[in-house]
Formats: sequence, C-alpha cells, structure tokens
Amino acid sequence: MRFGVVRFPGSCDEVDALLACRRFADAELLWHGDRSLGGVDAVVIPGGFSYGDYLRVGAIARFSPIMAAVAAFARDGGPVLGICNGFQVLCEADLLPGALLPNTGLRFLCRQVDLTVDHADSPFTRALAPGDILSLPVKHGAGRFYAPDDDLRGLEENNQVALRYALGENPNGSLNDIAGVTNAAGNVLGLMPHPEHAAHPLSGSTDGGRLLQSAAHACASNARAVA
Amino acid sequence: MPLRETSRKGGSLSERSERTPERGVARNGNSHHRELGLTDSEYEQIVDRLDREPNPTELAIFSLMWSEHCAYKHSRKLLRKLPTEGAHVVMGPGENAGAVDVGDGLAVAFKVESHNHPSAVEPFQGAATGVGGILRDVFAVGARPIAVLDSLRFGELDSPRSRYLLDGAVAGIGHYGNSIGVATVGGEIYFEGSYEQNCLVNAMCVGIASRERLIRSAAAGHGNLVVLLGALTGRDGIGGASVLASAELGADGADRRPSVQIGDPFEEKKLLECSLALLDRGLLRSLQDLGAAGLSSSVSEMASKGGVGIDLDVSKVPLREAGMEPFEVMISESQERMLCVVEPELLDEVLATCANWDVTATAIGSVTQTGSLRIFSGQAPAGDLPVSALVDDCPLYDLDPQPPSAPLYDPPPRRLANDCETHATLLALLASPNVASKRWAFEQYDALVGSRTARRPQSADAAVLSLHHDGTSGALAVAIDGNGRRVSCDPYLGAAEAVLECARNLACVGAEPLGLTNCLNFGNPEKPHVAWQLTRAVEGMADACRALRVPVVGGNVSLYNEGPAGPIFPTPVVGMVGSLPDARRATGSAFLEPGHAIALIGPFSPDLRGSELEKLRGGLADSLPQIDLGAQVEALAAVRAAVRAGRLASAHDVSDGGLACALAESCVAGGVGARVNAAAPMQASSLDDLLFGEGAGGVVVSGPSEAIAELVEAAGSVPVEPLGTVGGHVLELTAGAASLSVPVEELRAAYEGGLPDRLS
Repeated sequence: MRFGVVRFPGSCDEVDALLACRRFADAELLWHGDRSLGGVDAVVIPGGFSYGDYLRVGAIARFSPIMAAVAAFARDGGPVLGICNGFQVLCEADLLPGALLPNTGLRFLCRQVDLTVDHADSPFTRALAPGDILSLPVKHGAGRFYAPDDDLRGLEENNQVALRYALGENPNGSLNDIAGVTNAAGNVLGLMPHPEHAAHPLSGSTDGGRLLQSAAHACASNARAVA
Repeated sequence: MPLRETSRKGGSLSERSERTPERGVARNGNSHHRELGLTDSEYEQIVDRLDREPNPTELAIFSLMWSEHCAYKHSRKLLRKLPTEGAHVVMGPGENAGAVDVGDGLAVAFKVESHNHPSAVEPFQGAATGVGGILRDVFAVGARPIAVLDSLRFGELDSPRSRYLLDGAVAGIGHYGNSIGVATVGGEIYFEGSYEQNCLVNAMCVGIASRERLIRSAAAGHGNLVVLLGALTGRDGIGGASVLASAELGADGADRRPSVQIGDPFEEKKLLECSLALLDRGLLRSLQDLGAAGLSSSVSEMASKGGVGIDLDVSKVPLREAGMEPFEVMISESQERMLCVVEPELLDEVLATCANWDVTATAIGSVTQTGSLRIFSGQAPAGDLPVSALVDDCPLYDLDPQPPSAPLYDPPPRRLANDCETHATLLALLASPNVASKRWAFEQYDALVGSRTARRPQSADAAVLSLHHDGTSGALAVAIDGNGRRVSCDPYLGAAEAVLECARNLACVGAEPLGLTNCLNFGNPEKPHVAWQLTRAVEGMADACRALRVPVVGGNVSLYNEGPAGPIFPTPVVGMVGSLPDARRATGSAFLEPGHAIALIGPFSPDLRGSELEKLRGGLADSLPQIDLGAQVEALAAVRAAVRAGRLASAHDVSDGGLACALAESCVAGGVGARVNAAAPMQASSLDDLLFGEGAGGVVVSGPSEAIAELVEAAGSVPVEPLGTVGGHVLELTAGAASLSVPVEELRAAYEGGLPDRLS
C-alpha cells in the first residue's frame, strides 16, 4: 500500500506527512505540476501555504495540475486526506463541503487539543470507534469551519462529521465544534488538526498515527478483496 | 567628543583626530557624504583610496559599506576578545552563519541577528523580515533551517505603543516563520521602560546540513558567472536596515516607515527549497544572501573573501519598477534574494532548477581578476571600486569607555510595597510580564513543523529537536537568553550570567553546549558610558565562554539603540546550541509524580540586586553578586550528568522571580503541588532574598528519592540541598518562621494570566 503526499511550492508539512505515512506503509511525494498520481493508493494533501495563500487560503491550489488528478481519484472512491491547508484546498476544490474562515480570535494558534470521533466510516477513521478521544495539535490561522445552515444540517444528517473538538477545546470558533468532515461518499476526509504531528512517541501523542494506520489497513484489505 | 580613530590603510598607522562635523571640510566642498552618514574624515579616506572623488553611485555604496551596520566599525576590535575556536567549530565568525559539528557527519549552522530599528518603525514587517533575513543567513551556508528562536524587548505594557509593538512583532514573526514552515521553538520577552522607544527584535535560526554540503560565500573562478536568485529588485528598503541601524531614532520614526522592507515568505520558501536543491546537485561554487545594503554588500563580501573582482551589469537585474538608477539597484534592500557563483557550463542546469521552483534567476555579472567591483549599466561604466577599500579599509574606531559617574537609568515605578506580604508578592511576581507565561506569544507560532520538536515551548528550559528522522535518539537543544536589566546593574557580570543561564537551560535537558551566537544590543557607542557597557559586557561574555569552553561562532551587533530619553539597557543576547545523546531523557520543568523528592543543585546565592522583585519595588541596583565561574561550570556538568542518566523527573533553572517562582512554575506545569522547606541553605540574608532573590547557578530538580540521593552522591563538591516533596494541590513553602501556602490553581491563574490580562 502506498500513500502519495502532494507537494505544492508552499507546502510546509509535506515531509512530516511523508514520515508519518511511512510508519504504516510506503509513501512518496507528488509534485504539484504533475498530472498523474503515479498509481498511489491514497492521497494526502498536507499542511502549509500551498501558493502563499495571501488571498483566500487554498484558492489557487485548486487550479494546479495535480488537483485535477486528485479530483478524479476522489470521484472514483480513492481515499483522500486533507490536513489543515489540505482541508482548505479540498473545500476550495469542492471535494469537501463547507469553508474554513479566519479563527474567531484572528490569530494563528498552535496548541494541542482533544477531539472526539463522531462518525468513523471513512477509510481514515474505520479503525477508530465513535466516542474515541484523540489528542492532536492544531496550528492554523484560518480553521473556523463554516457551512450555511442547510448544508450544515445536511452534513450532520448524512453523518459526515468525522471529528469534533472536545468540550471547551474548540480553538477557532468552528460551527458545531467541527474539526473534520468527509464528503458524502465518505472517502475524502478533511481535518484542521495535524495527525502527522502525533505519530511519533517524541511528539507526545501517537493518536494521529491511528488515522494513517486505518487508511493503510483499509487499502490493504481493499486490495485483498479485489485480488 | 574625543574619539580615537585608527586607519588600517597601510598597516598599523594610527592617527588621532577630533571628529566633529564642522572640522575637515571635504575636498569637493559639499556635504552630501554627511547626509549619507559618512564623516568628513571618512570621506577624505575614500578620496585617498580612490585617488579621485567618488561618483554618486560609488559614494552611496561606500556610505552603506562603511556604515556601522555593515562594517562594525565601533565593535570589530572589541569582538576579537571573544573566543572563536573550539573542537566542534566547522565555520566561525565571518561566514553567513557559524556552524558546529554534531557528529554522524552532520553540522548545525546558527546565528542570531537583530532587526530592532525596522521593528521600532513598523513592527509587523520589521519582525517578519528579521526572521526572513536570519533564515537566509542559515540556508546561505547550505543548511536547512529547522528552528527559529526570538528574543524580544519592549517598553512596559502600560504603554499603548509597547502593546502595539509587541502585538505587531509577534504577529510578524509568526507570519513569516509559520508560512515558510520553520518551527519557532523558543524565545524570551522582557518589558522594561528603557525599551519604550527602541524595542529589540532579535531572531535566531538553527539549521542542519551534512558537513560536506556546507558552502562558503567566497567567490572564485575567473570567468564564473554571478547569478541573482529570487525576488525582483525594487525601491523598497533603499537604505533600510543599514541606515536605520546606524543612527539613533528620533522621537518619531514614522517618517522612516517607507524604508522598512516588506516580507514575502512564499517567495522565500521557494528560494530556500531552490537553493538547497541547487546545492544538492552540486551546481554552485558559492552562495550568499542579500541583506543590508543589498547587492553592494553581497557582491563586495563575496569578492573580498575570494580575493577576486566582480563585474556587474545592473541593467540585467530584474526590476520591480522601471527607471531605477544604478545606485538604487546596488543598494536596494528588497527581500528574498540570493546571489550565487556558477560555472558557465552549469548555468543552464541552474536556470532549469530555478524554473522548476518558479524562482527568477539571472546572470548579472562575472568573477574577474581585477580585485575591483566594476558596475556597468549595459555598456556604460557606473562605478569602479577596489573591493578591499569597500570591505577592509573602513576605519575602525577605538571606544573610549568610561564608567558612568551617576546612574544612567531612572529607577522603575514602584508597583509593590516593601511590606507586601509573601503570598501576594509571589502572585505579583508570577503575574509580572517578565516572569509570566509567554503562552500568548508562543501559541501564535508553529512550534511543530519539521517533525523534530521533542520539547515544546514552556515544557522544558530549552527546546529539544531530534537530529534524525529515523527514530534514533540524538538531539539538539537550543536556548536564547539575556537580561538587560541585570546587565545594566553590572555589564560584566550580567553578560556572564546570560552565557551561564543559556548553558544552564541546556544542562536542564541534558545538553552539552557546542557553540554560541550573540547579538549585542547597545546604545550609542560614541558615548563613553555606552562604550564602557559594551566593553565590560564583551569581557564578561568572553570569560564565561572560556570557562565553559564554548566558542562564539557568529553574531551581530546592534548599536545606536537610543532615543532622546537615553540608551536602552545594555542587552547582550546569547543563543546557544548543544547536543544530547537521547531526546527521550530530556527532562521538562514540570513536577510529575506525587512523592518525588525536590532538591536544589548548584552554587546559588540568592540576592535581590537586579531581581524582578527589586524592580516591582521600584529599585535598580548598581551591582550584582559575584560569580565563581569554576563552581558554575562544575554544577552545570553535575546537572547534565544527572539528566543524561535518565533518573530525574524535572529540572528547572532558578531565574526571574527566584526560587519561589521556579517552584511555582514547576507546580503549574505539572498541575501538582509541593511541600518545600527552604531552610536557608543558600547564603540568603533575608526571607525575601531566599524566596525571590536571583543570581546564577540554581536548578530545581525532582525525581524518585533514590535518584535525588544518587545525585547528592554523584555531585561531589557541587552543593545539593533537599528542599521537599511533590504532592497535593498546594505549594506550601516554609522558610524559618515564615510560611506560605498557595493553591496551584491560584499560581496558575497568576502565571498564565499575566500577559493576556494586560493585553485584553
């Protein structure tokens, strides 16, 4: 099983994601200018500032050559994980619902937070159980999840909320304490907290590794089923 | 005022002259050079050296190259007192950053630099471009930046201007570091009235590289091409850092705001990755960043170090706006640019690599054997300057140090009565901005990117970063320290204390210091009492470095930090890098387990002189307690050995606010109380001294009682005093007949609330 981690010129956490993925499977970097995913089994869009993001975060990245391939891969049911800027990019690319607005405090915030698993149907959460508590760091200036009322209701009814900030832990003013959502099909997950920074014991928590491990298992068993 | 001035032209010839603007009228009879900051005598030396009058482009270049900022003309002689050699040194002072060997074929490059004057004018962009500049210094030697630390100084938070500067500088540091993806892992912030007009923004960057990949800036190879990489060159920042940093700021620096540069971290991110990719492919002969004085300084320094000449065609420089004069192109301080030397046959490969990263790259000149910097605009000559005149012949000035006969600084306003009871005193200290948690600031910085951060801000006395990504445990520890108020009490001892505190912070995580970088922030060195502060501080720093056997591998000097109200506190800032064998054993500052024993290790003689409590009581001493450097070094070795043995649960340096604050911080960090009997083991002359006195040498440790017993055994002549036990939800402190008992939650509220309460 092989993860592909997309690298935009302004990506910051792409090597972090690569290292974390390699704890559970093979992983390689994918260049933003390429039009092919090179046959990877799952895609990670990492954190950072894809193209500087001086205007609206993620707004330019959706037009990059690699994103056309990511969109096709996602529509075919391939597992896609967007972390932080990756989440923002996937929302801009219409692969995930909602949008990420500047934090209510209007400041960048780097802090360890507790999350609860709400729905565990995506490949990245299948190995977790609803109600599990995860400790992951957030670090962002624009992580306030927003969707219009009707869309928000739809998300909740379709069980698309994968992760919520635990009580009192919402760092950015996200609606309904939403930290991570999936698309309707469940194969694309975006979250603001950073699982790749909670994969190694020295980082203080290995909870993030569980998301990547879950995807590695899901892909491997998928491959067995196909074979 | 009398100033000894030494010309280095023709060897050791030295001359004395009175330096007053009225004297020594320039040969050309006008005073344009004075507007550019050159003295009449300096102008005459330029004319002598060229054997003609400089043209306006040449004069502009000279004025910047001979500015304090570029030439260190008031500090260079003094800096020779600092030890620069040691077993681990790979690159010493003179390169873009210093570097030390950390084993396994790896080198760590690091440097601290100031961006004080730009930040005082426009704090967000001033601080942001300060970070951008120090990052470039580190990747200019071929190292990948892995950490940033910042040392900040502002006026008291009662002042709206200080709150504005703090807010802007912190946001600017975060903006640049977060966006480029380099972790900001540590730092310090102090608030003192003397920084009201001149805030200090010192940024330190630490980078890592294989030893072989390190590259120097010396240009070499007749016929090789000089290639400019990165951002377009504009009129922004003309005479920015170099002009701002070479004179006192007036009461209102707002008119200088246009000369502050604007940072573009995305451009620098591409430039960083592109530069490292070029080095990985072995395509560069040398690399240099563009900082203060822009192309002028970079080209001259590359040529000077290589003993060569360089021809430049300014018409080839990609411009942000049309119609720029040659002199503007030469001195523009537009950010995010690098200069490299490339063999002609490799140019196409260099340009292709740059195109892949969307980095503009243009051959703008070539290396020659002339020994001159020759500037052309197309075919037309625009300047011809001997490189040695620009770089080596700048007159160096001897300082005229004289201790002040009267106090230089007004005492701070009293905020606490002398008879304030102990409980309230402790809470007031914990909430005092200098002692209180800096969480408000460090949560605005990405401390994690890069996946090396093993100890985050406030969790340990030094930041700890993994050396490898392969799961092996070798690590680096980094810290930055400096307490200007204490240095104002005694520049020699205060500067030595800064070095020792940095080393103590490293020892608390088990790290041995490998090298040091410093930033000397002082007032106007032409004033004898500032010269005295500077001289004594360098001497104190040098002696402490020698005692610790830590070489100074690079640094920066920021002078003229003074306004109408006088100079800033003398503020030498020390950044130190050390290594430790096992990151997992790096202790934090938190008390962990109820039942653990607490002890104080080290030669600690608490004293209120220069302390935070003295400040809150409206005092400012004119002396500090003496230091026994030998005993200090021995104690550091004992702490380091104990931490490395992996038996301690916590180690925390006694610093601002004294023993009581150190204990309170360990309680708050661990969310657990402690029962402590400080039975005056330390030569304290009063209860206040014992609880709140400061001074070098004390570390509060905790661990299983056997571990503390072993520590006593192993420490030999280093004093270790049992203090008490971890447990409960209250810090209970007994000292003689006095006692206090404060719930940990009350301590936390004071400590964590100190900054936010003053900023909301």
